[in-house]
Amino acid sequence: MTRYVMIADLNRCVGCQTCTAACRHTNATPPGVQWRKVLDVEWGEFPDVQRLFMPVGCQHCADPPCMHVCPSTATAQREDGIVTIDYDLCIGCSYCTVACPYQARYKVDKPEFAYGDLPTENEAVRFDERTLGVAQKCTFCSDRVDAGVEQGLTPGIDPEATPGCVNACIADALSFGDIEDENSNVSELLAENTWFQMHAELGTEPGFYYLWDAEDRRQGTERVNMDVQDTQD
Amino acid sequence: MQNTFGNTLQTQWDWRAAGNFMFGGSGGALILMAAIASWPGTPNLVIGLAALVFVGLGLFLVWLEIGRPWRFLHVFFHPQTSWMTREASVSVLLFAATFTGLLIQAPSLLAAAGLLGFLFLYCQGRILKASKGIPAWREPAVVPLIISTGLAEGAAILSILLIVSNAAQGWLLYLLMGLLGWRLVSWQHYRQRLAANNAPPAALKILDGINRPQVILGNALPLLLLATVIVLPDLLQPLALLACILATAGGWLMKFTIIARAAKVQGYALGKLQKGRPKIKPPVRREKDKFVFSRD
Repeated sequence: MTRYVMIADLNRCVGCQTCTAACRHTNATPPGVQWRKVLDVEWGEFPDVQRLFMPVGCQHCADPPCMHVCPSTATAQREDGIVTIDYDLCIGCSYCTVACPYQARYKVDKPEFAYGDLPTENEAVRFDERTLGVAQKCTFCSDRVDAGVEQGLTPGIDPEATPGCVNACIADALSFGDIEDENSNVSELLAENTWFQMHAELGTEPGFYYLWDAEDRRQGTERVNMDVQDTQD
Repeated sequence: MQNTFGNTLQTQWDWRAAGNFMFGGSGGALILMAAIASWPGTPNLVIGLAALVFVGLGLFLVWLEIGRPWRFLHVFFHPQTSWMTREASVSVLLFAATFTGLLIQAPSLLAAAGLLGFLFLYCQGRILKASKGIPAWREPAVVPLIISTGLAEGAAILSILLIVSNAAQGWLLYLLMGLLGWRLVSWQHYRQRLAANNAPPAALKILDGINRPQVILGNALPLLLLATVIVLPDLLQPLALLACILATAGGWLMKFTIIARAAKVQGYALGKLQKGRPKIKPPVRREKDKFVFSRD
């Protein structure tokens, strides 16, 4: 079997937001909607203050609360673990949005474009009216993954089969691959490094791992002390 | 945008969603109370229809909120795990049983409608509990709180309708007093559990802000007024009416606050560091699996 996951190496991420820009270009998401965004996180007390950049988005959980609560079955889970939304089934009730502990879901009711009323060339090509009034979120670029796999390519290794944000990362901080393959890039990264999952205590089993090997930074990482700034909005 | 842990209010479910919990919960409990009060007969037509108006108003408000309102029938597609589907399904049966029961004057159908009204209320509690992204909702203590306040509101509204039609029932006021006591205990327990489970401080602050009016005006004063009515039955009409209005308003204020104001999101966080290859948990439902029951 296959389960696709993403890894963000917090030791490498420089907070450049190229992944965010790549995602927005690839998916032509409207203003204010960021399927992939990078948080600017500070914690500690002066002068012992730390900072890191943390990419976030849909965690493609193995046990996704959004799927369980969805009344229309619009939110589903593929065999490879990617959590999907059927825009033709979704009623836009936003129950999934309040069930998601990762603030990964958005709903847009009217067409909005980056530069006023008219879409850019890219937005005109990628605009999908079906996304209006329904939930939307990161898809792990499942269309790219599927097209690549059909050509015999390996997601996470071959760029044509890999999510846009991973391809665009300038620091090689983002990785994508099959965690059920013990020899995959992501399995090796996790085996060799220290890592965490966000809100794992909620039992969602997120498919998004964060590499972080500076154990001395653990002091002061209580979540209530975190000051998280979303630098993109 | 500053996004400190727990300080962001979800904005997807606003006053319209809160309206469903306020009016729908009251309506579901009202038909239950009416069925109990009239057994082995049938409730007054006006009371039965009033219950349906409350439930219908709540559902209508939710309908106003959804992004694709003309796809509303899709809400019935996921009874396996979705409490929203279950609530909607129960509401259909509730309407059918109440209408038919009133039409043919069938006590058994109206008793069934009363049970469905209770189920409707229970579904509302579970809808909130399944919302893992909102700490103030996912707290398990929210379920008895929603049920206890719904029942108290239902008993209070029924008492109002009976008092204004000069058909007040003494036992109902005793029941209302018991339900108000249960609601008060549930409210304090809910807030204690939220604090113990590190709910967002901003959410706790908002709930603390309504604690005094909720406890004094929504529970203690109605209890005092009802106790006075027991000692001085001549004052039934003004005092019991006031008590019931306060009890209902207190429940609605509490639910509106929980849904629309204290619904701070989970927020972002770092997690517990681990080493080595993780134990992989397979996705819970592949597309081909037809029936998976909720783990919630």
